[in-house]
Amino acid sequence: MEFALSEEQELFQKSVREFAEKEVRPLAQETDATGQFPWSVIRRMGEMGLMGLPIPEAYGGAGADYLSYALAVEELSRACGSTGITLAAHTSLGCMPLVYFGTEEQKRRYLPALARGEKLAAFGLTEPGAGSDASAIQTTATLKGDEWVINGQKVFITSGSIADVITIAARTDPSAGNKGISNIIVEKGAPGFRAGRDEDKMGLRGSVTSQLFFEDCRVPKENLLGRPGEGLRQFLITLDGGRISIGAMAVGLAQAALESATRYASQRVQFGQPIARFQAIQWMIADMATEIEAARLLVYRAAWLKDRGVRYTREAAMAKLFASETAERAAFKALQIHGGYGYTRDYDVERIYRDQRLCTIGEGTSEILRWVIARQVLQL
Amino acid sequence: MRIVVTIKQVPDTNEVRLDPRTGTLIREGVPSIINPEDKNALEAALTLREQLGGEVIAISMGPPQADDALREALAMGVDRAILLTDRAFAGADTWATATTLGMAIQRLGQFDLVLAGRQAIDGDTAQVGPQLAEYLNIPQITYVREFAIQDRQVKATRTLEDGFEVLETALPALLTITKEANKPRYPTAPGIIRAYREQTVEQWGIQEVQGDPEKLGLKGSPTQVKRSFSPPPKEPGEIIQAAPAEAARQLISRMKQRNLL
Ligand SMILES: Cc1cc2nc3c(=O)[nH]c(=O)nc-3n(C[C@H](O)[C@H](O)[C@H](O)COP(=O)(O)OP(=O)(O)OC[C@H]3O[C@@H](n4cnc5c(N)ncnc54)[C@H](O)[C@@H]3O)c2cc1C
Ligand SMILES: Cc1cc2nc3c(=O)[nH]c(=O)nc-3n(C[C@H](O)[C@H](O)[C@H](O)COP(=O)(O)OP(=O)(O)OC[C@H]3O[C@@H](n4cnc5c(N)ncnc54)[C@H](O)[C@@H]3O)c2cc1C
Repeated sequence: MEFALSEEQELFQKSVREFAEKEVRPLAQETDATGQFPWSVIRRMGEMGLMGLPIPEAYGGAGADYLSYALAVEELSRACGSTGITLAAHTSLGCMPLVYFGTEEQKRRYLPALARGEKLAAFGLTEPGAGSDASAIQTTATLKGDEWVINGQKVFITSGSIADVITIAARTDPSAGNKGISNIIVEKGAPGFRAGRDEDKMGLRGSVTSQLFFEDCRVPKENLLGRPGEGLRQFLITLDGGRISIGAMAVGLAQAALESATRYASQRVQFGQPIARFQAIQWMIADMATEIEAARLLVYRAAWLKDRGVRYTREAAMAKLFASETAERAAFKALQIHGGYGYTRDYDVERIYRDQRLCTIGEGTSEILRWVIARQVLQL
Repeated sequence: MRIVVTIKQVPDTNEVRLDPRTGTLIREGVPSIINPEDKNALEAALTLREQLGGEVIAISMGPPQADDALREALAMGVDRAILLTDRAFAGADTWATATTLGMAIQRLGQFDLVLAGRQAIDGDTAQVGPQLAEYLNIPQITYVREFAIQDRQVKATRTLEDGFEVLETALPALLTITKEANKPRYPTAPGIIRAYREQTVEQWGIQEVQGDPEKLGLKGSPTQVKRSFSPPPKEPGEIIQAAPAEAARQLISRMKQRNLL
């Protein structure tokens, strides 16, 4: 057993933490208040190589391991949830399907600019009638001559309206059921493709969440990702990796909640002493710290398994489930410890409370994850 | 341009806590960092290399763990990193430190510029830079907040307590850099990976620096620590509560009593 990060991972964590503390955290409150996408931060992250961490060097990425990428999502989310989810969706959902399943030509065409953060990537699976039940998608893609003609609608697509490269799931063979789903790459500006309104969300307000419309949208035949009919398998594999990053995001937000609560509890005086002296507060802090540690270990271990090429579907689901619910409890307690002040916009716990709320929903709700885990445990 | 930057690994004093009973620093578990102003020196060197071309070499003297600091320098973009580490170097005071660094720099052969941080946040003496310049017998400009190089002349602005001073000297020279000089870059992700997977930190011991053991480490240190202690806590201040004219009278008489006026 070896619980320590490697020296490389340690320097990596330290550098991203410093960047997040100095350059990202100061903007977090404003990003939340204005709902403006933090372009300047994303550009700088691109320059530092953070937008292409697990992308192989051959395609312009850093060639970092998945654990380093999880560390980056954790540290950035600790400073700003909107930045964290933007990185997570771009990398795990937008870029990784291209890395896993793209042809050599597709990788060379898209990955270098995505890795530099000059372009953003997104993944469009969810539809109005297909959320947890992703296999219920209605969007179709029909091959006509040298082009796919796409019709349908996507919802809740992170960075959808600002992304340059979007991989979408569509039915290419309506008669073949689950085996008739394929993933197709759509570039911004493709004829017949347009973004609808962006969602007005409870939290993660600096992250863009979009509706996408395809009306006889035409893309070249070569934009098919991998082989036809492999869409379902491809997005399940993609989501396994994505869940590690949502787990890391939840750990970062939970850690931020704990730090705010600790600071506040040591300063706030009631009944003649800092409230941190009251056992009721201490127990909340102790529970938060313990659960966060456990969540972090689950997330790191899932990433570690992935780096070793071992199956990690179950571990990724467990990590995401536990970390997101830990963040929920930690944010609740941190706000409680802040009393009435926590309910105002003057303290960051209010933002953290709203930001973390997504983590039990996106990339598999807690209910769906329990089902995934139970199926593995019960061998159903 | 061949630029040498001296960097020291120090405990992150933001994270250092005092033992409430003994009043001494608890160093255990405190993360180590590159001395902050040495990062400014690194940034200045890297910017200069971008403008004029050449090579940046980072040198540190310290225990084997100082490897981390040099890897970080590599990740920021330096071309070469050298760790001076040997039992014979241990226990060095500032002069022996400067001597060791100086010998190593001489072993590098030709160089144009040496950049040091103004001051280390732990030792705090700000002596090593100036002593190193003396050892190498080259001109020095300390407390530099801005500088430029043209026709092998360096022109630098130094920060004084009550203003600035602009000095010019010929290369090779040594500058000590302050935190106002620039904003150090962050290591990049590919830089970190390269630093650990492809690059090496050269380790030099007494053999490599060809040093005289009498001049190095504890033996070569003219300063001796007689006693170390924490200063007593500062007495709380006193507020004179009175009408302004009366308060001023009291204040002046107190200052006279203490020969401050
Ligand atoms: C901010 C944000 C960003 C997102 N980003 C993306 C993105 O980039 N790309 C993308 O494709 N999608 C994205 N999504 C969509 C997200 O993945 C879905 O919202 C999620 O999968 C749930 O689907 P749904 O909202 O339709 O809920 P539903 O599936 O309708 O679920 C409603 C409730 O029913 C429960 N439920 C459903 N089925 C079962 C069952 N079998 N057993 C028990 N309970 C069940 C759910 O757990 C939930 O509590 C994003 C969503 C949000 C909010
Ligand atoms: C008798 C004696 C024994 C000592 N024994 C030890 C010991 O065993 N272990 C120990 O860690 N310290 C020891 N010290 C402290 C050590 O001498 C100083 O920390 C060191 O000389 C640097 O001085 P400073 O920290 O004041 O740096 P400053 O002079 O404030 O530093 C200015 C700049 O000089 C450069 N610089 C300083 N030190 C180094 C270095 N090591 N490598 C590269 N560049 C450097 C950096 O650019 C730095 O920004 C001892 C001191 C004395 C007096």
